[in-house]
Amino acid sequence: MSKPKIALYWCASCGGCEESVVDLAEDILQVAEAVDIVFWPVALDFKYEDIEKMADGEITATLINGAIRLDNQEHAAKLLRKKSRLIIAHGSCAHLGGVVGLANFYERRDILNRAYKEVPTVKNPQGILPEIKTKESGRELNLSGFHKTVKTLDQVIEVDYYLPGCPPTPELIKNAILAILNDELPPKGSVLAEKKALCNTCSRRESKPDKVRIKEFKRLYEIQWDATRCFLDQGIICFGPATRGGCEERCIKANMPCRGCFGPTDNVRDQGAKFLSALASIIDSKDEKELEKIADSIPDPAGLFYRYSLASSILRGKIGTV
Amino acid sequence: MSSFEPKIIGFLCNWCSYEGADSCGRARKEYPSNFVVIRVMCSGRIDPQFILEAFKDGADGVMILGCHPGDCHYKEGNFNALRRYTLLKKMLKQFGIEEDRVKLDWVSASEGDKFVRVVSEMVEKVRVMGPLMLIQKKQLKNHREHRGNL
Repeated sequence: MSKPKIALYWCASCGGCEESVVDLAEDILQVAEAVDIVFWPVALDFKYEDIEKMADGEITATLINGAIRLDNQEHAAKLLRKKSRLIIAHGSCAHLGGVVGLANFYERRDILNRAYKEVPTVKNPQGILPEIKTKESGRELNLSGFHKTVKTLDQVIEVDYYLPGCPPTPELIKNAILAILNDELPPKGSVLAEKKALCNTCSRRESKPDKVRIKEFKRLYEIQWDATRCFLDQGIICFGPATRGGCEERCIKANMPCRGCFGPTDNVRDQGAKFLSALASIIDSKDEKELEKIADSIPDPAGLFYRYSLASSILRGKIGTV
Repeated sequence: MSSFEPKIIGFLCNWCSYEGADSCGRARKEYPSNFVVIRVMCSGRIDPQFILEAFKDGADGVMILGCHPGDCHYKEGNFNALRRYTLLKKMLKQFGIEEDRVKLDWVSASEGDKFVRVVSEMVEKVRVMGPLMLIQKKQLKNHREHRGNL
Protein backbone atom coordinates (compact mmCIF):
# COMPACT_ATOMS: atom_id res chain seq x y z
CA MET A 1 0.00 0.00 0.00
CA SER A 2 1.33 3.42 -0.83
CA LYS A 3 1.89 5.91 1.93
CA PRO A 4 -0.60 8.69 2.63
CA LYS A 5 0.25 11.88 0.77
CA ILE A 6 0.70 15.17 2.58
CA ALA A 7 1.12 18.61 1.04
CA LEU A 8 2.15 21.89 2.64
CA TYR A 9 1.55 25.31 1.19
CA TRP A 10 1.94 28.93 2.23
CA CYS A 11 -0.08 31.98 1.35
CA ALA A 12 0.08 35.42 3.00
CA SER A 13 2.28 34.53 5.94
CA CYS A 14 5.68 35.27 7.39
CA GLY A 15 7.16 31.78 7.08
CA GLY A 16 6.95 31.13 10.80
CA CYS A 17 4.46 28.32 10.24
CA GLU A 18 6.88 26.62 7.87
CA GLU A 19 9.44 26.99 10.60
CA SER A 20 7.06 25.29 13.01
CA VAL A 21 7.04 22.22 10.75
CA VAL A 22 10.83 22.19 10.71
CA ASP A 23 10.69 22.54 14.50
CA LEU A 24 9.28 19.05 14.65
CA ALA A 25 13.02 18.25 14.74
CA GLU A 26 13.65 14.48 14.88
CA ASP A 27 9.93 13.83 14.81
CA ILE A 28 9.87 15.09 11.24
CA LEU A 29 11.80 11.94 10.27
CA GLN A 30 9.06 9.86 11.82
CA VAL A 31 6.51 11.84 9.84
CA ALA A 32 8.53 11.63 6.65
CA GLU A 33 8.71 7.89 7.08
CA ALA A 34 4.99 7.51 7.49
CA VAL A 35 3.90 9.83 4.67
CA ASP A 36 4.90 11.06 1.26
CA ILE A 37 5.31 14.81 1.16
CA VAL A 38 4.15 15.59 -2.36
CA PHE A 39 4.25 19.38 -2.33
CA TRP A 40 6.07 21.83 -0.08
CA PRO A 41 7.29 24.88 -2.00
CA VAL A 42 9.42 26.25 0.81
CA ALA A 43 11.49 23.07 1.15
CA LEU A 44 11.03 20.72 -1.79
CA ASP A 45 11.11 21.17 -5.52
CA PHE A 46 7.69 20.26 -6.80
CA LYS A 47 5.71 22.30 -9.29
CA TYR A 48 2.08 23.32 -9.51
CA GLU A 49 1.80 21.06 -12.55
CA ASP A 50 2.67 18.07 -10.38
CA ILE A 51 -0.39 18.84 -8.30
CA GLU A 52 -2.58 19.55 -11.31
CA LYS A 53 -1.77 16.11 -12.68
CA MET A 54 -2.94 14.37 -9.51
CA ALA A 55 -6.38 12.83 -9.20
CA ASP A 56 -9.00 14.67 -7.15
CA GLY A 57 -8.72 13.76 -3.48
CA GLU A 58 -5.41 11.99 -4.02
CA ILE A 59 -3.65 13.96 -1.31
CA THR A 60 -4.66 12.76 2.15
CA ALA A 61 -4.20 16.11 3.84
CA THR A 62 -2.87 19.53 2.98
CA LEU A 63 -1.69 22.02 5.56
CA ILE A 64 -2.09 25.56 4.31
CA ASN A 65 -0.68 28.45 6.28
CA GLY A 66 -1.20 32.14 5.64
CA ALA A 67 -4.18 34.29 4.82
CA ILE A 68 -5.44 34.92 1.29
CA ARG A 69 -4.71 38.24 -0.38
CA LEU A 70 -3.36 37.48 -3.84
CA ASP A 71 -4.91 35.78 -6.86
CA ASN A 72 -2.27 33.07 -6.93
CA GLN A 73 -2.91 32.24 -3.28
CA GLU A 74 -6.59 31.82 -3.95
CA HIS A 75 -5.86 29.76 -7.04
CA ALA A 76 -3.47 27.43 -5.21
CA ALA A 77 -5.83 27.06 -2.27
CA LYS A 78 -8.67 26.06 -4.60
CA LEU A 79 -6.46 23.64 -6.50
CA LEU A 80 -5.25 22.00 -3.31
CA ARG A 81 -8.80 21.80 -2.01
CA LYS A 82 -9.77 19.83 -5.08
CA LYS A 83 -6.84 17.47 -4.79
CA SER A 84 -6.99 16.91 -1.03
CA ARG A 85 -9.31 14.91 1.16
CA LEU A 86 -8.56 17.14 4.15
CA ILE A 87 -7.56 20.77 4.31
CA ILE A 88 -6.03 21.99 7.53
CA ALA A 89 -5.71 25.70 8.16
CA HIS A 90 -2.27 25.88 9.67
CA GLY A 91 -1.56 28.82 11.97
CA SER A 92 -3.31 32.04 12.93
CA CYS A 93 -3.28 33.64 9.47
CA ALA A 94 -5.05 30.77 7.74
CA HIS A 95 -7.31 30.26 10.75
CA LEU A 96 -8.26 33.86 11.63
CA GLY A 97 -6.46 36.20 9.25
CA GLY A 98 -3.58 36.69 11.65
CA VAL A 99 -1.43 39.77 11.88
CA VAL A 100 -1.61 40.27 8.11
CA GLY A 101 -5.38 40.54 8.53
CA LEU A 102 -4.88 43.88 10.30
CA ALA A 103 -4.46 45.28 6.80
CA ASN A 104 -8.26 45.26 6.69
CA PHE A 105 -8.15 48.49 8.70
CA TYR A 106 -6.77 50.18 5.57
CA GLU A 107 -7.93 50.55 2.02
CA ARG A 108 -6.08 48.72 -0.68
CA ARG A 109 -5.13 51.96 -2.38
CA ASP A 110 -3.58 53.32 0.83
CA ILE A 111 -1.62 50.13 1.37
CA LEU A 112 -0.17 50.24 -2.14
CA ASN A 113 0.62 53.94 -1.85
CA ARG A 114 2.30 53.40 1.46
CA ALA A 115 4.36 50.43 0.31
CA TYR A 116 5.38 51.77 -3.10
CA LYS A 117 5.44 55.55 -2.66
CA GLU A 118 5.57 56.78 0.92
CA VAL A 119 7.92 54.42 2.72
CA PRO A 120 11.15 56.39 3.29
CA THR A 121 13.33 53.59 2.00
CA VAL A 122 11.50 53.41 -1.33
CA LYS A 123 12.60 55.56 -4.24
CA ASN A 124 9.83 55.76 -6.80
CA PRO A 125 9.84 59.25 -8.36
CA GLN A 126 7.46 58.24 -11.15
CA GLY A 127 5.01 56.88 -8.61
CA ILE A 128 4.70 53.53 -10.34
CA LEU A 129 2.36 51.06 -8.70
CA PRO A 130 2.39 47.36 -9.54
CA GLU A 131 -0.05 46.38 -12.28
CA ILE A 132 -1.46 42.99 -13.15
CA LYS A 133 -0.07 43.35 -16.68
CA THR A 134 2.94 45.52 -17.50
CA LYS A 135 4.64 45.95 -20.88
CA GLU A 136 8.37 46.39 -20.55
CA SER A 137 10.79 46.32 -23.51
CA GLY A 138 8.26 44.55 -25.66
CA ARG A 139 7.61 41.87 -23.08
CA GLU A 140 4.63 41.42 -20.88
CA LEU A 141 5.05 40.99 -17.15
CA ASN A 142 2.24 39.39 -15.17
CA LEU A 143 1.73 39.83 -11.47
CA SER A 144 -0.82 38.32 -9.18
CA GLY A 145 -3.84 40.50 -8.45
CA PHE A 146 -3.92 42.12 -5.02
CA HIS A 147 -7.35 41.61 -3.46
CA LYS A 148 -9.31 44.35 -1.79
CA THR A 149 -9.12 42.62 1.59
CA VAL A 150 -7.34 39.87 3.46
CA LYS A 151 -9.42 36.73 3.83
CA THR A 152 -9.08 33.75 6.10
CA LEU A 153 -8.63 30.40 4.41
CA ASP A 154 -12.18 29.30 5.20
CA GLN A 155 -13.57 32.42 3.54
CA VAL A 156 -12.11 31.10 0.29
CA ILE A 157 -12.28 27.31 0.48
CA GLU A 158 -13.86 24.72 2.73
CA VAL A 159 -11.57 23.94 5.65
CA ASP A 160 -11.77 20.67 7.59
CA TYR A 161 -9.60 21.42 10.62
CA TYR A 162 -7.77 24.30 12.19
CA LEU A 163 -4.34 24.29 13.78
CA PRO A 164 -4.22 27.54 15.74
CA GLY A 165 -1.25 29.58 16.81
CA CYS A 166 1.35 31.99 15.60
CA PRO A 167 2.84 29.53 14.90
CA PRO A 168 1.22 26.29 16.13
CA THR A 169 3.41 24.30 18.47
CA PRO A 170 5.29 21.34 16.94
CA GLU A 171 3.42 19.17 19.42
CA LEU A 172 0.05 20.21 17.98
CA ILE A 173 1.26 19.66 14.43
CA LYS A 174 2.59 16.25 15.30
CA ASN A 175 -0.64 15.28 17.04
CA ALA A 176 -2.66 16.50 14.07
CA ILE A 177 -0.61 14.46 11.61
CA LEU A 178 -0.81 11.40 13.84
CA ALA A 179 -4.56 11.85 14.17
CA ILE A 180 -4.84 11.94 10.38
CA LEU A 181 -2.70 8.84 9.97
CA ASN A 182 -4.54 6.92 12.66
CA ASP A 183 -7.92 8.17 11.55
CA GLU A 184 -8.66 9.56 15.01
CA LEU A 185 -9.86 12.99 14.00
CA PRO A 186 -12.48 14.91 15.97
CA PRO A 187 -15.64 16.21 14.25
CA LYS A 188 -15.06 18.26 11.13
CA GLY A 189 -14.46 21.94 11.74
CA SER A 190 -12.70 21.39 15.07
CA VAL A 191 -9.81 23.48 16.20
CA LEU A 192 -7.07 21.02 17.09
CA ALA A 193 -6.06 22.43 20.48
CA GLU A 194 -7.48 22.90 23.97
CA LYS A 195 -11.18 23.60 24.32
CA LYS A 196 -10.84 25.91 27.29
CA ALA A 197 -9.32 29.35 27.65
CA LEU A 198 -5.65 29.79 28.40
CA CYS A 199 -6.33 31.03 31.96
CA ASN A 200 -7.53 27.54 32.88
CA THR A 201 -4.11 26.02 32.34
CA CYS A 202 -1.95 29.05 33.05
CA SER A 203 0.94 28.50 35.46
CA ARG A 204 0.12 31.84 37.10
CA ARG A 205 -3.45 30.82 37.68
CA GLU A 206 -3.03 30.51 41.45
CA SER A 207 -2.10 34.17 41.68
CA LYS A 208 -5.22 35.31 39.85
CA PRO A 209 -7.73 36.54 42.39
CA ASP A 210 -11.40 35.57 42.08
CA LYS A 211 -12.19 39.09 41.07
CA VAL A 212 -9.52 41.05 39.30
CA ARG A 213 -10.12 44.77 39.74
CA ILE A 214 -7.85 47.32 38.15
CA LYS A 215 -7.83 51.09 37.90
CA GLU A 216 -5.41 51.53 35.05
CA PHE A 217 -3.97 49.55 32.17
CA LYS A 218 -0.23 49.66 32.10
CA ARG A 219 1.97 49.15 29.10
CA LEU A 220 4.96 46.90 29.39
CA TYR A 221 7.55 49.63 29.21
CA GLU A 222 5.91 51.50 32.06
CA ILE A 223 6.48 49.03 34.83
CA GLN A 224 8.61 46.26 36.22
CA TRP A 225 6.24 43.39 36.60
CA ASP A 226 6.28 40.41 38.91
CA ALA A 227 7.26 37.35 36.91
CA THR A 228 5.14 35.02 38.98
CA ARG A 229 1.84 36.92 39.30
CA CYS A 230 -1.16 37.04 36.99
CA PHE A 231 -0.60 39.75 34.38
CA LEU A 232 -4.12 41.11 34.54
CA ASP A 233 -3.92 41.55 38.29
CA GLN A 234 -0.88 43.75 37.72
CA GLY A 235 -2.77 45.91 35.24
CA ILE A 236 -1.07 44.41 32.19
CA ILE A 237 -3.40 43.40 29.40
CA CYS A 238 -3.25 39.65 28.88
CA PHE A 239 -5.56 37.78 26.50
CA GLY A 240 -5.71 34.62 28.60
CA PRO A 241 -9.41 34.88 29.48
CA ALA A 242 -10.54 35.09 25.84
CA THR A 243 -7.97 32.90 24.09
CA ARG A 244 -7.98 29.19 23.47
CA GLY A 245 -5.35 27.29 25.41
CA GLY A 246 -3.00 24.64 24.09
CA CYS A 247 -0.06 26.87 23.24
CA GLU A 248 2.11 25.49 26.05
CA GLU A 249 2.09 29.06 27.45
CA ARG A 250 5.04 30.00 25.35
CA CYS A 251 4.61 33.71 25.99
CA ILE A 252 3.71 33.41 29.67
CA LYS A 253 6.76 31.25 30.25
CA ALA A 254 8.87 33.93 28.59
CA ASN A 255 7.28 36.40 31.03
CA MET A 256 5.18 38.09 28.36
CA PRO A 257 1.39 38.43 28.39
CA CYS A 258 -0.80 36.49 25.96
CA ARG A 259 -1.82 38.31 22.77
CA GLY A 260 -4.44 35.87 21.61
CA CYS A 261 -2.88 33.99 18.70
CA PHE A 262 -4.80 30.79 19.44
CA GLY A 263 -8.04 32.59 18.68
CA PRO A 264 -11.39 32.40 20.43
CA THR A 265 -12.74 29.40 22.29
CA ASP A 266 -15.38 27.23 20.64
CA ASN A 267 -18.48 29.23 21.57
CA VAL A 268 -17.15 32.63 20.66
CA ARG A 269 -17.66 34.17 17.26
CA ASP A 270 -15.63 37.35 17.64
CA GLN A 271 -12.52 37.19 19.77
CA GLY A 272 -11.90 40.92 19.91
CA ALA A 273 -15.41 41.74 21.11
CA LYS A 274 -15.23 38.97 23.67
CA PHE A 275 -11.93 40.19 24.94
CA LEU A 276 -13.19 43.75 25.13
CA SER A 277 -16.04 42.42 27.21
CA ALA A 278 -13.74 40.50 29.53
CA LEU A 279 -11.39 43.43 29.92
CA ALA A 280 -14.16 45.95 30.58
CA SER A 281 -15.56 43.82 33.36
CA ILE A 282 -12.37 44.02 35.42
CA ILE A 283 -12.17 47.81 35.34
CA ASP A 284 -12.66 49.12 38.85
CA SER A 285 -14.79 52.17 38.28
CA LYS A 286 -18.40 53.24 37.90
CA ASP A 287 -17.73 56.80 36.91
CA GLU A 288 -18.13 57.77 33.27
CA LYS A 289 -15.30 60.28 33.24
CA GLU A 290 -12.92 57.94 34.98
CA LEU A 291 -13.91 55.06 32.71
CA GLU A 292 -13.11 57.16 29.69
CA LYS A 293 -9.72 57.98 31.13
CA ILE A 294 -9.04 54.30 31.72
CA ALA A 295 -10.19 53.44 28.20
CA ASP A 296 -7.77 56.05 26.90
CA SER A 297 -4.91 54.17 28.52
CA ILE A 298 -5.33 51.67 25.66
CA PRO A 299 -4.03 53.62 22.66
CA ASP A 300 -5.15 51.23 19.91
CA PRO A 301 -7.96 49.00 21.20
CA ALA A 302 -9.07 47.62 17.83
CA GLY A 303 -5.54 46.74 16.79
CA LEU A 304 -4.89 45.13 20.14
CA PHE A 305 -8.12 43.18 20.56
CA TYR A 306 -8.09 41.93 16.97
CA ARG A 307 -4.37 41.44 16.61
CA TYR A 308 -4.84 37.94 15.17
CA SER A 309 -8.51 37.75 14.33
CA LEU A 310 -9.60 40.83 12.41
CA ALA A 311 -10.26 39.11 9.08
CA SER A 312 -12.42 36.48 10.79
CA SER A 313 -14.28 38.94 13.01
CA ILE A 314 -17.89 40.00 12.62
CA LEU A 315 -17.05 43.27 10.86
CA ARG A 316 -13.94 41.81 9.17
CA GLY A 317 -12.28 45.20 9.05
CA LYS A 318 -12.97 48.88 8.74
CA ILE A 319 -16.35 49.82 7.31
CA GLY A 320 -15.82 50.82 3.72
CA THR A 321 -12.74 48.70 3.18
CA VAL A 322 -14.40 45.30 3.50
CA MET B 1 -31.33 62.10 1.28
CA SER B 2 -34.52 63.24 2.95
CA SER B 3 -36.08 59.85 2.31
CA PHE B 4 -33.56 58.04 4.49
CA GLU B 5 -35.12 56.25 7.42
CA PRO B 6 -32.51 54.98 9.83
CA LYS B 7 -32.83 51.62 11.47
CA ILE B 8 -31.94 51.69 15.14
CA ILE B 9 -31.63 48.51 17.18
CA GLY B 10 -32.41 48.99 20.85
CA PHE B 11 -31.36 46.53 23.54
CA LEU B 12 -33.65 47.15 26.50
CA CYS B 13 -33.26 45.62 29.91
CA ASN B 14 -36.26 43.68 31.09
CA TRP B 15 -36.68 45.32 34.48
CA CYS B 16 -36.45 49.05 33.86
CA SER B 17 -36.15 50.19 30.27
CA TYR B 18 -38.49 47.66 28.67
CA GLU B 19 -41.01 48.56 31.36
CA GLY B 20 -40.33 52.20 30.56
CA ALA B 21 -41.09 51.54 26.91
CA ASP B 22 -44.24 49.74 28.00
CA SER B 23 -45.34 52.67 30.10
CA CYS B 24 -44.85 54.86 27.04
CA GLY B 25 -47.16 52.51 25.14
CA ARG B 26 -49.76 52.38 27.89
CA ALA B 27 -49.86 56.16 27.93
CA ARG B 28 -50.42 56.09 24.13
CA LYS B 29 -47.30 58.10 23.51
CA GLU B 30 -45.63 57.81 20.15
CA TYR B 31 -42.04 57.00 19.41
CA PRO B 32 -40.36 56.60 16.01
CA SER B 33 -40.98 53.29 14.29
CA ASN B 34 -37.32 53.24 13.28
CA PHE B 35 -36.57 51.84 16.70
CA VAL B 36 -36.50 48.05 16.84
CA VAL B 37 -36.57 46.69 20.36
CA ILE B 38 -34.79 43.58 21.58
CA ARG B 39 -35.51 42.72 25.17
CA VAL B 40 -32.66 41.34 27.24
CA MET B 41 -32.71 40.43 30.92
CA CYS B 42 -30.09 43.00 31.84
CA SER B 43 -28.01 45.61 30.04
CA GLY B 44 -25.05 43.70 31.45
CA ARG B 45 -26.11 40.76 29.29
CA ILE B 46 -25.35 42.65 26.11
CA ASP B 47 -22.29 41.09 24.63
CA PRO B 48 -20.38 43.52 22.37
CA GLN B 49 -20.76 40.81 19.72
CA PHE B 50 -24.51 41.58 19.60
CA ILE B 51 -23.77 45.20 18.76
CA LEU B 52 -21.28 44.28 16.05
CA GLU B 53 -23.77 41.81 14.59
CA ALA B 54 -26.41 44.52 14.53
CA PHE B 55 -24.15 46.85 12.57
CA LYS B 56 -23.10 44.07 10.24
CA ASP B 57 -26.70 43.20 9.52
CA GLY B 58 -27.58 46.74 8.56
CA ALA B 59 -28.35 48.75 11.69
CA ASP B 60 -27.50 52.42 11.38
CA GLY B 61 -27.37 52.86 15.12
CA VAL B 62 -27.57 50.81 18.30
CA MET B 63 -29.02 51.88 21.64
CA ILE B 64 -28.52 50.23 24.99
CA LEU B 65 -31.08 51.20 27.60
CA GLY B 66 -30.71 50.00 31.17
CA CYS B 67 -31.65 50.76 34.75
CA HIS B 68 -30.30 53.89 36.37
CA PRO B 69 -27.05 53.44 38.30
CA GLY B 70 -27.88 51.84 41.62
CA ASP B 71 -31.21 50.46 40.37
CA CYS B 72 -29.99 47.37 38.53
CA HIS B 73 -32.04 44.29 39.29
CA TYR B 74 -28.79 42.36 39.37
CA LYS B 75 -26.98 45.08 41.31
CA GLU B 76 -24.02 45.66 38.98
CA GLY B 77 -25.12 44.67 35.48
CA ASN B 78 -25.66 48.21 34.25
CA PHE B 79 -22.18 49.20 35.37
CA ASN B 80 -20.76 46.35 33.34
CA ALA B 81 -22.72 47.67 30.38
CA LEU B 82 -21.27 51.13 30.98
CA ARG B 83 -17.72 49.78 31.16
CA ARG B 84 -18.09 47.83 27.92
CA TYR B 85 -19.82 50.70 26.19
CA THR B 86 -17.01 53.13 27.03
CA LEU B 87 -14.38 50.83 25.59
CA LEU B 88 -16.52 49.72 22.65
CA LYS B 89 -17.26 53.26 21.51
CA LYS B 90 -13.57 53.99 21.32
CA MET B 91 -12.89 50.79 19.42
CA LEU B 92 -15.76 51.24 16.96
CA LYS B 93 -14.31 54.56 15.87
CA GLN B 94 -11.35 52.62 14.52
CA PHE B 95 -13.77 50.46 12.53
CA GLY B 96 -15.17 53.60 10.94
CA ILE B 97 -18.34 53.58 13.03
CA GLU B 98 -18.89 57.03 14.51
CA GLU B 99 -19.31 57.29 18.26
CA ASP B 100 -22.81 58.71 17.95
CA ARG B 101 -24.08 55.54 16.34
CA VAL B 102 -23.94 53.76 19.69
CA LYS B 103 -25.69 55.21 22.68
CA LEU B 104 -26.14 54.02 26.23
CA ASP B 105 -28.76 55.62 28.39
CA TRP B 106 -30.70 54.93 31.56
CA VAL B 107 -34.48 54.65 31.42
CA SER B 108 -36.47 53.59 34.47
CA ALA B 109 -39.80 51.79 34.46
CA SER B 110 -41.69 55.03 35.01
CA GLU B 111 -39.83 57.13 32.47
CA GLY B 112 -42.03 56.71 29.42
CA ASP B 113 -41.39 60.33 28.51
CA LYS B 114 -37.65 59.95 28.73
CA PHE B 115 -37.87 56.82 26.58
CA VAL B 116 -39.65 58.76 23.85
CA ARG B 117 -37.18 61.60 24.11
CA VAL B 118 -33.94 59.58 23.97
CA VAL B 119 -35.21 57.36 21.16
CA SER B 120 -36.40 60.32 19.10
CA GLU B 121 -33.11 62.12 19.63
CA MET B 122 -31.15 59.07 18.58
CA VAL B 123 -33.25 58.57 15.44
CA GLU B 124 -32.83 62.21 14.47
CA LYS B 125 -29.11 62.17 15.09
CA VAL B 126 -28.58 59.08 12.97
CA ARG B 127 -30.89 60.41 10.28
CA VAL B 128 -28.58 63.40 9.93
CA MET B 129 -25.51 61.15 9.90
CA GLY B 130 -26.93 59.05 7.10
CA PRO B 131 -26.89 55.31 6.57
CA LEU B 132 -23.89 53.33 7.73
CA MET B 133 -23.81 51.18 4.64
CA LEU B 134 -23.84 54.17 2.36
CA ILE B 135 -20.35 55.07 3.49
CA GLN B 136 -19.41 51.61 2.44
CA LYS B 137 -21.03 51.95 -0.96
CA LYS B 138 -19.50 55.36 -1.54
CA GLN B 139 -16.05 54.04 -0.82
CA LEU B 140 -16.66 50.97 -2.93
CA LYS B 141 -17.26 53.32 -5.82
CA ASN B 142 -13.95 55.00 -5.08
CA HIS B 143 -12.33 51.62 -5.24
CA ARG B 144 -13.71 50.97 -8.66
CA GLU B 145 -12.33 54.27 -9.85
CA HIS B 146 -8.91 53.21 -8.67
CA ARG B 147 -8.99 49.82 -10.26
CA GLY B 148 -6.10 50.80 -12.50
CA ASN B 149 -3.60 49.12 -10.28
CA LEU B 150 -3.75 45.58 -8.93
